[in-house]
Amino acid sequence: MTETPLSMEEIAPAAPPRSQWADVWDQFKSHRGAMVGAYIFVFIVLMVVVGPWVYWNDPKIVPTGRDFLTLRDTRPIYTVLWEPGAKVNWLYPLGTDNLGRDMLGRLLTGGRVSLAVGMAAMILSVVLGTVIGVLAGYFKALDGILMRLTDLFLALPLLPLLLVAVLLFRDRLSGAFGPEGGTFILIVTLVGVTSWMQTARIVRGDVLALKEREFVLAARSIGTRPLTMITRHLLPNVMSPIMVSATLGIATAIITESALSFLGFGFPPDFPTWGKLLFDAVDRMELYPERVLWPGMMISLTVLSVNYVGDGLRDALDPRIRGR
Amino acid sequence: MKLMTALLGAAAAVALAPMAFAEGHEGERGRDGEVKIIYWQAPSILNAYLSGGTKDSEAASLVIEPLARYDTEGTLVPYLVDEVPTVGNGGVSEDLTQITWKITPGLVWSDGTPFTSADAKFTYEYCTHPEGGCAQATKYEGVASVETPDALTVIVNFENPTPNPYGPFVGSEAPIIQAAQFADCIGARAPECTEANFNPIGTGPFVVTEFKPNDVITYAANENYREEGKPAFATVTFKGGGDATAAGRAVMETGEFDYAWNLQLAPDVIAKMEEGGKGTPVAGFGPLVERIMLNQTNPDPSLGPDERSVIKPHPFLGDPAVYKAMSLAIDRPLLVDVGYGQAGRVTCNWVPVPNIYASTTFDCSTQDIAGANAMLDAAGIVDSDGDGVREKDGVPLKVLYQTSTNAVRQDFQALIKQWWAEIGIEAELRNLDASVFFGGDPGSPDTFQKFYADVEMYANTFNGTDPQTYLGNGLCDKAPSPATQWQGENISRFCMEEFDALHAELANTADIAKRGEIAAKLNDMMVENGGMIPLVHRGRLSAHANSLGGVALNVWDSELWNIADWYRIGN
Repeated sequence: MTETPLSMEEIAPAAPPRSQWADVWDQFKSHRGAMVGAYIFVFIVLMVVVGPWVYWNDPKIVPTGRDFLTLRDTRPIYTVLWEPGAKVNWLYPLGTDNLGRDMLGRLLTGGRVSLAVGMAAMILSVVLGTVIGVLAGYFKALDGILMRLTDLFLALPLLPLLLVAVLLFRDRLSGAFGPEGGTFILIVTLVGVTSWMQTARIVRGDVLALKEREFVLAARSIGTRPLTMITRHLLPNVMSPIMVSATLGIATAIITESALSFLGFGFPPDFPTWGKLLFDAVDRMELYPERVLWPGMMISLTVLSVNYVGDGLRDALDPRIRGR
Repeated sequence: MKLMTALLGAAAAVALAPMAFAEGHEGERGRDGEVKIIYWQAPSILNAYLSGGTKDSEAASLVIEPLARYDTEGTLVPYLVDEVPTVGNGGVSEDLTQITWKITPGLVWSDGTPFTSADAKFTYEYCTHPEGGCAQATKYEGVASVETPDALTVIVNFENPTPNPYGPFVGSEAPIIQAAQFADCIGARAPECTEANFNPIGTGPFVVTEFKPNDVITYAANENYREEGKPAFATVTFKGGGDATAAGRAVMETGEFDYAWNLQLAPDVIAKMEEGGKGTPVAGFGPLVERIMLNQTNPDPSLGPDERSVIKPHPFLGDPAVYKAMSLAIDRPLLVDVGYGQAGRVTCNWVPVPNIYASTTFDCSTQDIAGANAMLDAAGIVDSDGDGVREKDGVPLKVLYQTSTNAVRQDFQALIKQWWAEIGIEAELRNLDASVFFGGDPGSPDTFQKFYADVEMYANTFNGTDPQTYLGNGLCDKAPSPATQWQGENISRFCMEEFDALHAELANTADIAKRGEIAAKLNDMMVENGGMIPLVHRGRLSAHANSLGGVALNVWDSELWNIADWYRIGN
């Protein structure tokens, strides 16, 4: 016993003590995929947040009169590389759609909506999932009810539910928050409310296991109240799965919004989102492949990068994997 | 299936080889081998009376025929009779309650038995049997009785004076079926007669050799067809299914098929296919008009369910300056160009064809934003609070503009929103799933009948060539309301006493020229008084192979109405 502190001092590094988050960051950095994913994601976020302020074309303007004919259906400027006669305009780097609306502008504004929906829905679903998961795992009396509720939600088909909800609440919400705001709230709520179940199940499982551990027993023996127990001892230990499902949640929400827009529901038709852009472009896929490629690539890139970040975070947040 | 098509194709090629130098389109029956038709909706039955689907009645029109049918201009042409009865030739009685058809002597069914008036009488009984669900019952509506004084005379008696007596036995949707074949299939047993429904015996140029429901039909030339040397083709392969894009490609790009029906595709997509060089799109214009309906009632969401879109007036859409300016701000040629290409024309009218009924009062082919602005300014509707939107009596001109989900319609919405913005009218766009929008469910707030919006855009048309019923959509009592479970065709809730009176006059006028005059007046009344803003006269676009001759696209009847005259262009 007396020898142990000595030997520990001998092997202890001279460096100052490090915080937990520095360790996490170190571990995260070593995950190459996660780093690339993070760079791409941050880049996309910056682009869609700052882009529309910096970019010179208004995505909603439809040119009229003579401009309409000269500006519609222009190709991206890189098209001249292989097709010198292509109709391009240097002021419209990614070209315009069949109504002369700027594609890059629409892509940037559309990204704002898609990402905002993704983030907001993710936060909602993670909060819901964590609360339900922790409650079900910690309080035995609630377990049965909450888990059956989870099963119930898992069994709900998302798209039909959305359609019904759109029908029921759209008018009231657009009355209160405007057509775009109303739809935003509706979609975020619905996606959030229908995607918390995985998180809840994972969190519950982890909490159940943690509850039996010695440190929890120790904490309980000194009279820790349930709330403190959850916030101080349990939550920090289930952070890792929560973070992962959070990142995956963004991806799911973006895809759901795209699916909805692709089906023609959701936002007003002149309000671009990535899914909507895809939907509009499908008819002319053969003539103007770029109109499908760009929004499709943005959705894929965002989802992929977020998934990689999630993967890296999981490794970094788990102390047992950390350092390997 | 593929193997079969391939084999048939090979057989056709062999059959065609010796005729490679055949010139012109005269000659013996069946000289041109096989013709292949593709409908992207597959026929499921060959009895027009048991299906409301165009695909079914058109597939059946190769086999069973009516007494008279419409040509490409919408004019009646005799088929199984010598002449079309009119009041002038004594075929229609003076009091408009009786029409007498004289069947051409010597006609036989494809099985060789004589075609008689009894078959027509049977057809009438078949469709009006109280236990049977006849899909074309409207064709026989108002018929009191059908008499057959002799084997070649059919007399149809109507309950009331009928200025347009050409419903029964006219057009591809009311063909004559053989009494002998369907004798045991009457009433509730009609759908059970699979053999008869799938292989009807007819008088048409072809007979069915094999029918695979929802897939492919093969026909062979009718040896007993009344015209010598017709049809030019020995067999027809009628393939159903797929989608419009694939059908268009099969004809225009790859040349696998000779005729593709109803290609609802964007003009640039069609143009791209045409570059394939194997086929040509053809357009035909029926009375289909894409229009913006203007709500005459108040759609304010704060009103209760019994008042919203029921009580009048609309806060500003009733003002002539507003709806005229809205119409003036629209660049219709551009809309045609963007949305329909050669399958569209500019129109200012509710009834654009047939020509005798069409009005020529308006010209709306030029956009005039400045003029529209001036019109609103003159009416005192100005932007008083500087937000870019004009106000009328303190109500800002903000409209909710709804339509169904459809790429072309969303393009139109975006364009029109922009033009209206330039005259100080703000539009909020909404698109609804077509099956909901046109679904007619009284429980849904999103149907076009409920019209919980200020303006809405869709297309409407009428069957046949007579617009009387269609013009009746402007009558006051046809407005949808909670009292009628939101059913009714007067979508814009247009209501004018003069209109109702003039429509009643139309219903009692038989003279065709006079009818045309009244119809045009009714059309003008509706447009002039802000019931709707007509946008585009839409046609139907089909495509045929460059080697297929004789095609005359008909929107008033079956597209295959003159298949007996089709031929292969020699190469």
